[in-house]
Amino acid sequence: MAREVISSGNELAALAAIDAGCKFFGGYPITPSSEVAHELSVLLPRVGGKFIQMEDEIGGICVALGASMSGVKSMTNTSGPGMSLKAEQIGLGFIAEVPLVITNVMRGGPSTGLPTRVQQGDINQSKSPTHGDYKSITFCAGNLSECYTEVVRAFNVAEELMTPVIVLLDETIGHMVGKAVLPDLEEVKANLVERAKPDPNVPKNEFLPYDVPEDKPAVIPPFFQGYHFHITGLHHGPTGFPTEDAVLCQNLIERLHRKINSRRKDLLDSYEEYLLDDAEYLVLCYGSVSLAAREAIDRLRAEGKKIGMFRPITLWPSPEEKIAELAQRFPADKILMPELNMGQYIDEVERIMKQRPVSLNKANGRPISPAEIIAKLKEMGI
Amino acid sequence: MTKKIKNLKEFSLSNDRYEGGNLMCPGCSHNIIVREVLNATNDPVIVATATGCLEVCTAVYPRTSWDVSWIHIGFENAAVAIATASAAYEVLKRKGRLPEATQKMVDEGREPKFVAFAGDGGTFDIGFQSLSGAFERGHNFMYVCLDNEVYANTGGQRSSSTPIGAATTTSPAGKVSYGEKMMKKSMIEIMADHGAPYVAQVSPSKWKDLVKKVQKGFEVKGPVYINAQSACTTEWKHAPEDTIEVSDLGVDSCVWPLYEIINERDEHGIIYSTKLNITYRPKNKIPVEEYLAAQPRFRHLFKPENRHIIDLWQKAVDARWEYLQKREEAGV
Repeated sequence: MAREVISSGNELAALAAIDAGCKFFGGYPITPSSEVAHELSVLLPRVGGKFIQMEDEIGGICVALGASMSGVKSMTNTSGPGMSLKAEQIGLGFIAEVPLVITNVMRGGPSTGLPTRVQQGDINQSKSPTHGDYKSITFCAGNLSECYTEVVRAFNVAEELMTPVIVLLDETIGHMVGKAVLPDLEEVKANLVERAKPDPNVPKNEFLPYDVPEDKPAVIPPFFQGYHFHITGLHHGPTGFPTEDAVLCQNLIERLHRKINSRRKDLLDSYEEYLLDDAEYLVLCYGSVSLAAREAIDRLRAEGKKIGMFRPITLWPSPEEKIAELAQRFPADKILMPELNMGQYIDEVERIMKQRPVSLNKANGRPISPAEIIAKLKEMGI
Repeated sequence: MTKKIKNLKEFSLSNDRYEGGNLMCPGCSHNIIVREVLNATNDPVIVATATGCLEVCTAVYPRTSWDVSWIHIGFENAAVAIATASAAYEVLKRKGRLPEATQKMVDEGREPKFVAFAGDGGTFDIGFQSLSGAFERGHNFMYVCLDNEVYANTGGQRSSSTPIGAATTTSPAGKVSYGEKMMKKSMIEIMADHGAPYVAQVSPSKWKDLVKKVQKGFEVKGPVYINAQSACTTEWKHAPEDTIEVSDLGVDSCVWPLYEIINERDEHGIIYSTKLNITYRPKNKIPVEEYLAAQPRFRHLFKPENRHIIDLWQKAVDARWEYLQKREEAGV
């Protein structure tokens, strides 16, 4: 049975981790994300898990990666400046194929920025948090319920594809308290994904964790089970040991991208469509801005205006096909993209649509209000 | 030039380098410590603060508490900020390119003082790397850690300064836990072992001792570390008016012993003598229990199942007091 709870976004993200089977959290305090850690410091010991606060953000992600290497579902949590500090190790998780969930409760940036206020400033960062050819998987929660469902999904996808998954919340959603409808717990538990185990027919001393087909994730058994292999941040071959072999290096990076690209349609693409059927105008937005957009659309619909919303939930990789489809239906001057940044996702949308929608940008730490969206749409001639 | 201070009345009436009326909590020790440190000198002062309560609460546009030059950059780099400012000054001085007004002050014997303030999170944890580097390079500055044993600015999380048994938002006390599990890091010895010429622990309640140590620190050449006990009314959860009383309990129970370590070095940085002086000996050393009882963050320790942690506390404090006395006696 679906559950109804009254909670904040940050607390729901923590609850989701527990329900998804997370047994380890390593992190560091940072506003406005700390409540995720507070909640997990209480919840994890109750389920036999381990909570540890480290000496800094880098320690926070490193210890979580280590826990994941030893076979447990693992998580770290932060906000913008912390993401910047964790960046190098996100790359390690990607190249070494260590599943990890990273929640980033976005605040005003760059630098120390506006610690207690909202921004969607880390959209570009989450696409390429680290140096090198990184392929990002990033979900963005657009309401309280999704603070729960997207974190659960992140754990499942991380385990399935053996890679770090970022979940973006923002200060508005993280600190918002309200009613959330959560899926049935039994159903959540029944659909949990556990990482693949080595073929039991292969002798342990012959097992090669990175010897997998060209679009498949590595199979990394937990430590201490008798397998002999190596985990490194260097380019590596099937054994996991470092290599400079030209073919192996090329194959590795291609496979890391392919294993994600090949699962876009069936596993990763996720979006919401709201009143699109007869719409003539489109609001394309994500995260907490969609709450204001929905309100604006409802008010305009009451006036008889034909308007709808498209909201990507998986930001990276973007739902390309769907966005291209929308470009066929709506001319650019009838698409509005409100963003709490100087226009980060609009570049991706323009790349796909081959036309640039109208933007509404705000980067002063204040949410965009429904009235501002309506005013902009009126300017566009609705 | 060392400022002459006759008594508390005169000290409290001398020109302020740091104004109250800011956003700090009522009863916050930070305000008292910063005033005492900055008012210990009449020389020009340049201050860097790490991200933390002090930085957030004292410089909200368009107001500021600072009547000195002040810089904030990040959470983890107060030490490198002030060290760099100090290095820049040394270079300008060496090349004879100081601004005229500054040169005049220097000629009068009023050399500028470089001071960094950071909390224990920005010192013991995330700022340690840059602090250690700055001490290793031997810049001329004073680093004051406002040690309230918790991340007070971000909602009361544990730090590696949080003592065993304290309840914080990330070391909650309850059925399965008595709170923080780790002993506090001994930062003073760690900094002394960097070869710093002067390292000391102070308490705002013993103002004379504090001012004397700060003045000593300003006189020596090289990096100076001051660990300041900073009772936190919000996270230690005592009443605002009890700040000084709680501080006194800490000192009188020897939980916060007041002492200094002096490393005498030659020009190559080779230490030829180390001395530890205890600067305050309580007439009656009170039981640690009294210090703990004054702070609701330790309330749960008084339950029968947690009493052993109080015993552990007493044992640890006695052992440390013994150790400090032995070092003082041996002159090492």
